[in-house]
Amino acid sequence: MATVARPEPVRIPPTYSEITHDIAATLGRPGRIYYVLLGFVITVMLIGAAALLWQVRYGLGVAGYRPPVMWGVYITTFVFWVGIAHSGTLVSAILYLFRSAWRTAVYRTAEVMTVFAVMTAGLFPLIHVGRIWYAYWLIPYPNQRQLWVNFKSPLLWDVFAVTTYFTVSTCFLIVGLIPDIAAARDVATGWRKKLYAITALAWRGTDQQWRHYTRAYLYLAALATPLVLSVHSVVSWDFAVSIVPGWHTTIFAPYFVAGAIYSGCALVITLLVPLRKMFKLERYIHEDHFENLAKLLLLTGMLVGYAYVVEYFIAWYSGNDAERSSFYFRAFGQYWWATWTMIICNGFLPLFLWFKTIRRSIPAMFLLSLFINLGMWFERFVIISVSLAHEYEPYAMGHYTPSWVDWSILAGSFGWFFMWFLLFAKNFPMVSIAEVKEIIPMPRKERAHA
Amino acid sequence: MKERPGGVLAAFRHVDAAAHAIRQLKELGYRDFTVYSPVPNFEIMSAVGHPVSPVRVWTLVGGLTGCLSGYAMTMWMSYDYPLVVGGKALGSVPPYIIIMFELTILLGALSTLAGLIVHTFRTHRAAAYDPRFTNDLIGIFVPCPPERRTAVQQVLQQAGATEVRFEQ
Repeated sequence: MATVARPEPVRIPPTYSEITHDIAATLGRPGRIYYVLLGFVITVMLIGAAALLWQVRYGLGVAGYRPPVMWGVYITTFVFWVGIAHSGTLVSAILYLFRSAWRTAVYRTAEVMTVFAVMTAGLFPLIHVGRIWYAYWLIPYPNQRQLWVNFKSPLLWDVFAVTTYFTVSTCFLIVGLIPDIAAARDVATGWRKKLYAITALAWRGTDQQWRHYTRAYLYLAALATPLVLSVHSVVSWDFAVSIVPGWHTTIFAPYFVAGAIYSGCALVITLLVPLRKMFKLERYIHEDHFENLAKLLLLTGMLVGYAYVVEYFIAWYSGNDAERSSFYFRAFGQYWWATWTMIICNGFLPLFLWFKTIRRSIPAMFLLSLFINLGMWFERFVIISVSLAHEYEPYAMGHYTPSWVDWSILAGSFGWFFMWFLLFAKNFPMVSIAEVKEIIPMPRKERAHA
Repeated sequence: MKERPGGVLAAFRHVDAAAHAIRQLKELGYRDFTVYSPVPNFEIMSAVGHPVSPVRVWTLVGGLTGCLSGYAMTMWMSYDYPLVVGGKALGSVPPYIIIMFELTILLGALSTLAGLIVHTFRTHRAAAYDPRFTNDLIGIFVPCPPERRTAVQQVLQQAGATEVRFEQ
């Protein structure tokens, strides 16, 4: 039987005025669902904060760390959130340099996610070190006996990489927001008008302002682009430069970067689905955007799946007993459930994305994005904690079980992230007003007369 | 604070009409007018004819400063408190390249932002404004003395302005 292709919906592009008013309307009085969600995430964050206070009071022993596994849920979650941050810069900077038009509707969400994800990630090294009050030892400031930091340590490279990434992503977000806040200012009333008047930094869209702005935005995009590749490479070297079996491998940098973009794209989808519904942005964020994000997911998911295969192949091919034993332990040892969750969620489930009907189905994409994020958290857990549990000497092998403190702080980090995201989404435009307008040609008198 | 000069403020709905008006004003010798648009537009920018923004110099200088300061900082701190580990050299450049790279990007981005703020304020002209210019209209404000305003008004109207008004 011949199949008849379903016609794609014809979308009438909105006018400039409609764009301004539709997006500015998302800044109005929030509904009950918004407050319920905000209350829930703040509660979860407070549970995490209480667990952290407990840990500060009684020490790191409450966190479930036992030799030989001294890098557990906190470092896993740190790597998870840094990874999440990656797709924001990919969508906002790299796709900008490639003049990709579809990014305009979704890049703000990705950028905001980036900034808050790095902010969340930044908490974990501090939580992990236990004595938070000594956190300043991480920065190049002479501590006891005028001793400087050790620049040969990958942990210090990480401090510089993550701090730079946070600062540059924040600059990029702020610069992109300025014309949109000005547009919101010019249609807002009451206290919001005053807030936007200050935060728009006197923006009026003059020829001189656009002249400097467009160049600055281009250079910021060009500077942010290498960060996409460098930050997670540096994070991967925290592990790869050591001699722990399962860590000491040269594929770690590209493997981590692909995984980071993969998990970041998945969280963008997780955030976009409720956002477009809650703020009635269906006209601006539609199936085409989800399909393009799905293609990115498919590409990076295949790379991640390939990396899993290469890791196992090299462990076998190297003939190194410790390496072979470590990878056997991952798949069939005490943590088999974590490894298979990772392989199924990250390696097999994305194969559904080969089907266009799945790529264009928003509920299916939402569900898939949740599974991918679950799988990506377990990927980091398997790499970090499971490798440490099974090193060289059998008598030094051990088992790590996260305690209620670990789980509460992990949950609290989600509460912290979503709290900032929800607060931002209600007070600043989550779709770029200026850039959505930019892809629609300005009206011309000649055409109007014709 | 600069006092806002009087002049003529025009609003355009069509980009080609606004670009035509800009070219007409330049032919008549006007240079200090201000153009407003809701999005950056190539046609308007080429009609105005500004040179490339000097923000790029800030990016370059910031990036180079970051790279050099990354090298200087890592080297100086390594030798300031000598701590030999495994008989290796105190100052070893390969791991320091990462710090140099990160500081190149960091200072490059911060100085780009500083350049944007400085040049935007330096080239700021006090001019009349309408909130619709960030929404869907293109605006042109031409500062001029009262005796010239009728002539400017005619130029703008003939070019296709949908609205022209005098500003005191």
